[in-house]
Amino acid sequence: MRTTSHRRALSLLLVAGLGLAAASCGSDDKPAAQSSGGADAKVTITVGCEPPKSNPKERAGWEEDVTAFQQLHPNITIESKDAFPCINPDTFQAKLAGGTQEDVFYVYYTDVQKIIKAKQAADITPYVGSVKALADVRPDVKGVFADGDKTYGIPRNNYNMGLVYNRKLFTQAGLNPDAPPKTWAEVHEAAKKISALGAGYTGFGEYSAGNTGGWHFAASLYARGGSMVSDDGKSAAFNSPEGKAVLENLKQMRWDDNSMGTKQLLQWEDLMRMMGSGKLGMMIGAPDVVQSVNNDFQGKFDDYGVAAVPESEGKASLSGGDGYMFNPKATPEKIKAGLLWLEFHELTPGKGQFNYERAKAQGRPVGLPIPDLYGDSAPGKQIVALRKQFATVPVEHFTPYVTAQASITNKLEPPKAQELYAVLDVAMSAVLTRKDADIDKLLADAASKADKILAKNS
Amino acid sequence: MAVLTAKPPVRRSLPQGAARRAVGRNLTAYGFLCGALICFAFFSWYPMIREIILSFQSTNFVDPAQWVGFDNFRTVFADSAFRSAWLNTAAFSGLALVVGYAVPFVLAVVLNELRHAKAYLRFVVYLPVMLPPAVGVLLFKWFYDPGAGLFNQILDGFGIPPLSWLDSTSTALISLVIVSTWMNLGTGTLIYLAALQSIPGELYESAELDGAGLFRRVWHVTVPQTKLILLVMLLLQVVATMQVFIEPYLLTGGGPENATVTVAYLMYQYAFNFGDFGGGGALGLMLMVVLMVFSAIYLRVSRDNQS
Repeated sequence: MRTTSHRRALSLLLVAGLGLAAASCGSDDKPAAQSSGGADAKVTITVGCEPPKSNPKERAGWEEDVTAFQQLHPNITIESKDAFPCINPDTFQAKLAGGTQEDVFYVYYTDVQKIIKAKQAADITPYVGSVKALADVRPDVKGVFADGDKTYGIPRNNYNMGLVYNRKLFTQAGLNPDAPPKTWAEVHEAAKKISALGAGYTGFGEYSAGNTGGWHFAASLYARGGSMVSDDGKSAAFNSPEGKAVLENLKQMRWDDNSMGTKQLLQWEDLMRMMGSGKLGMMIGAPDVVQSVNNDFQGKFDDYGVAAVPESEGKASLSGGDGYMFNPKATPEKIKAGLLWLEFHELTPGKGQFNYERAKAQGRPVGLPIPDLYGDSAPGKQIVALRKQFATVPVEHFTPYVTAQASITNKLEPPKAQELYAVLDVAMSAVLTRKDADIDKLLADAASKADKILAKNS
Repeated sequence: MAVLTAKPPVRRSLPQGAARRAVGRNLTAYGFLCGALICFAFFSWYPMIREIILSFQSTNFVDPAQWVGFDNFRTVFADSAFRSAWLNTAAFSGLALVVGYAVPFVLAVVLNELRHAKAYLRFVVYLPVMLPPAVGVLLFKWFYDPGAGLFNQILDGFGIPPLSWLDSTSTALISLVIVSTWMNLGTGTLIYLAALQSIPGELYESAELDGAGLFRRVWHVTVPQTKLILLVMLLLQVVATMQVFIEPYLLTGGGPENATVTVAYLMYQYAFNFGDFGGGGALGLMLMVVLMVFSAIYLRVSRDNQS
């Protein structure tokens, strides 16, 4: 039969097609060939988060640093990988699966523990002893990349949450921008006055969607002295007086004070955009928010200030930041070369990311109190001095935040952070969109869901 | 192909040698087909098979994957958002059928009845389809803004108090349906219009001679004549709307209170936010099975249509 023979031919083609596809996709990701060379053997490493071409000043600085580093270490070749943003959760797993993950890859604090637990990063414990600068790095910052006594990465940036506010709006509303709110009662008062400036002005903005609501719940909770999970990490601990206070405070501002605007379900970019437009008075955020608002959302450095998170005196603040981890398939030589690069570019005062003299010459903003990797140690003091010497932004706008650091402890994100944040989005969105939201029930429900999440594979 | 036309028009079977020669003559065509098949295999079938396998595995993409049986399914079943996701997906599809299915058909009938500016209006109706989906969705984000949004300003003009649109559990899902309908209106309308234009004009003329008005003409001529395409479109609409993702992802983040979390959105959360590809795969497989039922009906209907 004609149709039968056609079908047979088609079947053959189909099988051949599938075979080809399977052959192209099924090749094993064999570990990179183990190098047996000595200390000066040639090694090439791929490094993520090269500034994109759309950011020519930072790009030029990076390239200059690569050249300088390669002159110091002629056996090492850096292959930079340009990406914006530096990490995209959507492609991280795909890059690992496809074998295209960089040898030295960029990561946010939020994802570090998840990556360690999934064994998606190399254990660099045997090699970190060579990184002398690490001795002075703040223990809590180093702790972000640790699991027990093992180390899995190197920090690049560190900060903790504060209160970002628009100084210009403070002045317009008759408030003193040099005395930002320290308590939530003061935030309420300031927010009401800013909202009273007219339609479109929002006193205080808060997230409640895309897991960002849960993230900011944690930030406010920590500031009040609360915890997201129990000490053993096996059960939820946010159904507490502190957790209740976080939601009650938001509910009051949203519905009694009318100082949070009517638009809710805000996600990461929304508050940045509102800040950049000059219509938002305050939000929870770290100094990097000001950087983002300035770089990407048309805000001006001069208009913003940062203070500590309200009610955080003597307590803890959710820390954030980023750093680098290593491909689990990287050879020891690549790890050693990568560590040399990271020490040079991320950890040395006056070099790489801390080359404030160059940044000033390039017309880039200098003076934000981040990154804070070293605290009050000698390199930390050196970095602060350099930052002050070459400052191009009004550093005094960040004084309330800097002053508070002496009494605030960095607190890490909880285990299974994204899952817990997703659960708490429900509670956050409820109090911000429903006047009759039952806070006790919301917290109890969220805690019950969180317990199940934490119990799984814990 | 000219050689083929020289053959007798109807031949039910070919001798073995002739079949081989026929294949030989069509090698170029098979070559082209082969390229398409490889592309399908690589970009469509392989990911689908991989996804099915993933749903029964635990993997970190570094070590060899572990077979975990139905563990991933148990995990997503136990998630409180699972029930919400299916209910919301079903509600979204249902609402999309009520709103998004009827509107393009009515619009097509109206366009078909028009005597002037037909081409211009067809272009205007199709225009939203040309807009990238993300742009369309973000445009509606502004329309829905509870403060300065276009929709509330219009309501204000009629003295109606503002609505919360996306910020209320009672209106969020229907707000997403409106966006989806608007974005897909043009395609549906054009397909219906093509079907309407294939109806012989004599049928309408006879109906008119018998004294049938517009509604009777639509009911007694248009609907029976387009019955099959209406059914096919219905099934396609169900299959498309059950995969809704971009609207909740960009507009509501699944909120408020999980009111707009859909199966596809939850799948994304599992895979990319929680790093649990097994859970995401399990959800994907469940959705695929449901959609396959509708696809099977669709194939059956289109086959009947062809015969």
